[in-house]
Amino acid sequence: MNIMTEAGMEQKLAQRTNEPPIKMKGEKVNVHYGEKRALFDVDLDVRENQVTALIGPSGCGKSTFLRCLNRMNDTIDIARVSGKITLDGEDVYDPKIDVVELRARVGMVFQKPNPFPKSIYENVAYGPRIHGLAKNKTDLDGIVESSLKKAGLFNEVKDRLLESGTGLSGGQQQRLCIARAIAVSPEVILMDEPCSALDPIATARVEELIDELRENYTIVIVTHSMQQAARVSQRTAMFHLGYLVEEGATDKMFTNPDDKRTQDYITGRFG
Amino acid sequence: MTDAISTLGGGRPVSVHTDDAAKARLKARYAAEMRFKWLGAGAVALAGFFLVLLLSTVVTQAWPALRMNYLMLPLDLSAAKVDPAKLDGFDFQGVINDALTAEFPDVTSRQDRRLLRGLISTGAGTFMRKDIAEDPGMLGKTVEYPVPLDDFADLYLKGLLADIGSDEAIATTVTPSGTTGDIELTFGDDGMLALARGHGATEGENGALTLTSGAASLLLALDGGTVKLTALAPGDNGTAVAKGLVIEALDSTAPAATGQAALRVIDTPESSRKISDKEIVWLDRLKSEGLTESRFNSIFFFTGASREPELAGVWGAVVGSFLTMIVTLAIAFPIGVSAAIYLEEFAPKNRLTTIIEVNINNLAAVPSIVFGLLGLAVFLNFFGLPRSAPVVGGMVLALMTLPIIIIASRASLRAVPPSIREAALGIGASKVQTVFHHVLPLAMPGIMTGTILGMAHALGETAPLLMIGMVAFIVDIPGGFTDPATILPVQIFMWADFPEPGFQQKTSAAILILLAFLVIMNAIAVILRKRFERRW
Repeated sequence: MNIMTEAGMEQKLAQRTNEPPIKMKGEKVNVHYGEKRALFDVDLDVRENQVTALIGPSGCGKSTFLRCLNRMNDTIDIARVSGKITLDGEDVYDPKIDVVELRARVGMVFQKPNPFPKSIYENVAYGPRIHGLAKNKTDLDGIVESSLKKAGLFNEVKDRLLESGTGLSGGQQQRLCIARAIAVSPEVILMDEPCSALDPIATARVEELIDELRENYTIVIVTHSMQQAARVSQRTAMFHLGYLVEEGATDKMFTNPDDKRTQDYITGRFG
Repeated sequence: MTDAISTLGGGRPVSVHTDDAAKARLKARYAAEMRFKWLGAGAVALAGFFLVLLLSTVVTQAWPALRMNYLMLPLDLSAAKVDPAKLDGFDFQGVINDALTAEFPDVTSRQDRRLLRGLISTGAGTFMRKDIAEDPGMLGKTVEYPVPLDDFADLYLKGLLADIGSDEAIATTVTPSGTTGDIELTFGDDGMLALARGHGATEGENGALTLTSGAASLLLALDGGTVKLTALAPGDNGTAVAKGLVIEALDSTAPAATGQAALRVIDTPESSRKISDKEIVWLDRLKSEGLTESRFNSIFFFTGASREPELAGVWGAVVGSFLTMIVTLAIAFPIGVSAAIYLEEFAPKNRLTTIIEVNINNLAAVPSIVFGLLGLAVFLNFFGLPRSAPVVGGMVLALMTLPIIIIASRASLRAVPPSIREAALGIGASKVQTVFHHVLPLAMPGIMTGTILGMAHALGETAPLLMIGMVAFIVDIPGGFTDPATILPVQIFMWADFPEPGFQQKTSAAILILLAFLVIMNAIAVILRKRFERRW
């Protein structure tokens, strides 16, 4: 399914000349897992209403960087992050920043679909409920419905909202997870290889969805699929062995990369 | 590589996986598999056999205790006998004794009367007083009231105290020489001699036989009375002459025709049983007159402990166990689960938490009696809590159960997939929300299983409770957490220690109740598990 329509290409060209503002910014980000250093002075900007793809061979640190953006690395005891990551200019590692608020603003979709073992409705409603986003039941129903609609899942599940979310197919589960992330109205959505557990048709649906979501959200996606990065992203960052090798507009990265390692990786010579 | 594969006539290539050595290897592999399978099946069968053996032993032992024999005597409770205004000090036992002696007008000597009264439980009057207090309508008339029998009488009627040999008609005529006291009986033939020899009679001179108290008792019923044979000798013309002691007076000295006299043989010698021939004769009389009745043993199920086997009930221990378990659960479950959650989800992983973890695991292996000593030293002596109370027992058992609950809870918390935690954290749930909304519900089935296992362990525990005085002999049913109480395993322990044969059945029955208690607890656990179980 070719989602790169002519209009899309034109839009991309327009963006290159007129770059949107920076939403998140990483400056000299270093991550240590115990003694092992996983990221080396990564500087990377994430621009608003764009899809930024992080690519690179396994173990290159792209997921580590992604997890720094909403401080999911905090949950790993031995992980230590240094450097500076800002969201709208605020340092997210500032002690004054509340991690709960940060994660509400920077949502996340994981590699393996991980719906809660609760009903579809509860899965989506959980976020708004704990953040107090809905004043009453009608409000909450509205949020659930619109989130499911935005995730392109509503029509498939509208008759069984009270059935378990784990009973859905893999692709539907992943879209449910996206709906769950959307429901708390984040500004940025981080996606960690969201399609790696999905079949090509489900993958196409999710990619289509990512492209639609770009209008309202800033998206950072980690992917192992070059084609996927090329299809969905506007900017691409190439990681290798913990270093940011190269970063730039996706069409340039895939046609004329500056670094030989990017060239080799994209053409399949390693990784 | 093709040179390694030669082809047989059949065209099937022979490789390292198809040659003879490979076939032998494969065969050995299957043989090992078979051996393992059979060994496993054998182990399960053996375990099943022992379980069935255990259960069947306990059940057959316990079965007689589920029913009890009562004496249905017509009791005169008319106003002339019982003054309704002075019930408190009234001797109901006396009324019952009067009714019983009325059934046996022949029993006149003080000694025999005391023996006769001994057939009835010493607690009969107390039960009656209680029942009358509940139902005063019984007063003022003659009622048929079920009087509990003494434990020996009850056991005899259940056939557990003596081996009853045979009840056979005498195939000849019998002529008694008198109706009371020591009499002589003349048998029409000498068949009795062989019979007495067969039942352990002592040989004397000239073929005379003596039936001592070490031999079986031969009780001859004729002419409406009963004679105990004491000695036999061959008589004239192939007859036999027996000496006997009349236990129940005969109606007349009329000779009993062939088949009219009946001999009852009690194989267990009188000296080695706890019930005398007289009592046996009386009980047989009462039974044949339809005055005894086997009923559901409500005394056993619904009363407290007693030193008299027929009055001893298990209810006090059941209530004690129940109260103790409530205290144990109320203390161990919240503390254990909280500790597990903290250690697993919040605590930093450092040397201190490692030491704590190792020590919790060690605590689970501490002998239970040590916890009892701790309870004695700390709860009783230091804090001065009441002795023998379920609250202290529950606290001691809670200490013992805590490590089990903590270990099981940690294991099941750890088994919750990290993706669930990430999912919750990823949409901005706080750590506490993540744990309580998502992780804990998923870990709940495992936590419950661990808790029930720990509780079942605690329920069967005797040693630590001995230390804090729950072994005390407590007749009253505990009404609260601070009342003196005992618990089922301790009750079983005490009954198993008592010499009276009546307690044997009670012990087994109490074990059955303990097992039932466990089964109920496990059933609750299974139901709770099912309710909390969720797929992910």
